[in-house]
Amino acid sequence: MSVMSRVGLLGRAGLDTLSALGRSGLFLFNALLGRARFGNAFTLLLQQLYSVGVLSLAIIIVSGLFIGMVLALQGYNILVGYGSEQAVGQMVALTLLRELGPVVTALLFAGRAGSALTAEIGLMKATEQLSSMEMIGVDPLKYVIAPRLWAGFISMPLLAMIFCVVGIWGGSLVAVDWLGVYSGSYWANMQNSVEFVDDVLNGMVKAVAFAFVVTWIAVFQGYDCEPTSEGISRSTTRTVVYASLAVLGLDFILTALMF
Amino acid sequence: MTDSSDYIVDLQQITFRRGSRLIFDGVDIRIPRGKVTGIMGPSGCGKTTLLRLIGAQLRPDSGAIWVNGQNIPELGREQLFAARQHMGMLFQSGALFTDLNVFENVAFPLRVHTELSEDMIRDLVLLKLQAVGLRGARELMPDELSGGMKRRVALARAIALDPELMMYDEPFVGQDPISMGVLVRLIRLLNDALGLTSIVVSHDLAETASIADYLYVVGDGQVLGQGTPDELMNSDNPRIRQFMQGEPDGPVPFHFQAPEYVSDLLQREHKQ
Amino acid sequence: MRTRNLELIVGVFILAGLLALAVLAVRVSGLTPSSAGDTYSVHAYFDNVAGLTPKAKITMSGVTIGQVTAIEFDKTRYSARVDMAIRSNINTLPADSTASILTAGLLGEKYVGISVGGDDEVLTDGSEIYDTQSALVLEELIGRFLLNTVSKED
Repeated sequence: MSVMSRVGLLGRAGLDTLSALGRSGLFLFNALLGRARFGNAFTLLLQQLYSVGVLSLAIIIVSGLFIGMVLALQGYNILVGYGSEQAVGQMVALTLLRELGPVVTALLFAGRAGSALTAEIGLMKATEQLSSMEMIGVDPLKYVIAPRLWAGFISMPLLAMIFCVVGIWGGSLVAVDWLGVYSGSYWANMQNSVEFVDDVLNGMVKAVAFAFVVTWIAVFQGYDCEPTSEGISRSTTRTVVYASLAVLGLDFILTALMF
Repeated sequence: MTDSSDYIVDLQQITFRRGSRLIFDGVDIRIPRGKVTGIMGPSGCGKTTLLRLIGAQLRPDSGAIWVNGQNIPELGREQLFAARQHMGMLFQSGALFTDLNVFENVAFPLRVHTELSEDMIRDLVLLKLQAVGLRGARELMPDELSGGMKRRVALARAIALDPELMMYDEPFVGQDPISMGVLVRLIRLLNDALGLTSIVVSHDLAETASIADYLYVVGDGQVLGQGTPDELMNSDNPRIRQFMQGEPDGPVPFHFQAPEYVSDLLQREHKQ
Repeated sequence: MRTRNLELIVGVFILAGLLALAVLAVRVSGLTPSSAGDTYSVHAYFDNVAGLTPKAKITMSGVTIGQVTAIEFDKTRYSARVDMAIRSNINTLPADSTASILTAGLLGEKYVGISVGGDDEVLTDGSEIYDTQSALVLEELIGRFLLNTVSKED
């Protein structure tokens, strides 16, 4: 291929990306704003909160537990060399609250709930359910997409908080019950060094930002996918990849801004 | 303005492009009121696109689509919402909402467009399900239904609001003879009993011709021919003849574009 | 009814999340309800506040009695002005108490320690602590140590 045609392809890819970005922006705008024509919006939201939030609890809790335990274990191994194993509590807490809590929750959420959302919406598109909804006069953006968006925005930060608590508790299991760190110092040192506004709230801000990005990518990929089985699988993969990259990139930016 | 008493749908000079492909190039189609009209043609000629244009899921690049005296592409959101109440569409795969059972699926349009009480909705839903013969299946979920049953439930849903216009997108594809017979009978019966106008898009010649009052054959971005089924069967137009008689070779060629046969074979021997 | 169960489960989920937030607030970050009205402010001037940051704790006999609210450079006195908020119920600090900048723990976190003086007058809102001890700077310590060593050799 000549140089010009390669440049042309690159340009086309750039334009495609821009137009996809634009489509996704309009998509979000139309889904979130405006009046709904059906009365059961709350029930729909409830159903989505269940399938997106409650059903993710299992993986979040188990992962949080293990990560907290590993943090305590590794932290103890390192700190004991400096004679400051009492600091393991604040290490576990700060790591989880500032970074691992929001980020790992977002990544797990993207993999579990995000891909499920994409596949479900993609399948609805492929089986023409979205079209028939439109023909009946119901805007699928409001009926199908909006409840899923709000469910993601609400449940992911909650999941991140649960992740942190379970992790810190798991860390205490390892540090206090197993490795013999004094329970008082584990919690007291933690309380002294963890600031509510700086650490807990900033972690929550991150979680909210990640929730927004991950859910948006997940539902858009489902809505925008090619209505074939290949298209659905491609879109599902794209959700996980894009969402993960977006979370990690956003994490860097937010950390630089906040800490 | 068109005289809307004879024709319920009037497509005037419709031009529609998908990407670089010209799907329709100045097409005129008129659907007579109260009759079953078939729109037929080879695969990929844009038949389904036509239905989507009438239902306002797509906008034409140019031209007007008059439905019951309203130009569809120019309608605002509120007007479109009201207009859709009078149209029903049966999609190829039924397109039932998989998270609702049969009853809720049929009740969906009623809940959206009307403020009827639960009792009234129940009566109406049972009425529609009885018309398609599936009243007993009302508690089932879509994935518990066979393909033919799914389509019948989708039909019940499409007529839930007693529309004036019913559109069928490839209703006969992949059906066993019994389901086929049921559907054919239902389309004609409903059309006459409820005073509907029906548009059937299909490439299934025998079935469509058996119930249609009028046919359009579409291809190459244009209307190739129109008339009653008998008129088209005896048509002189070679494209229509090929389609109606099912001839493998004709204006639509059998062989895909390829280089000359003998030299193609010989070339391979040379390379050895 | 299905919807009822659904509501309950989702409600429990949201409650769990909010509870987690509460636990994080209270048990993990040690957030205690204290309003600004419960403190009075004093200030002091230090030659060197190396490492002291706002929100650092102010202790007396090892017990936290307040927080540093602001640190500013004073152009006329060429030293650092540290504003402190002390809990209102600690209102018997003698006016000649000493404020020193000390180091806590292994990681070198700086805080302000106050030691009692003997004056009858007490510190009130807006008073200045005159007796101050700046933070220890490593280079100065080494310099002093070397100086001592050299002068001893003389």
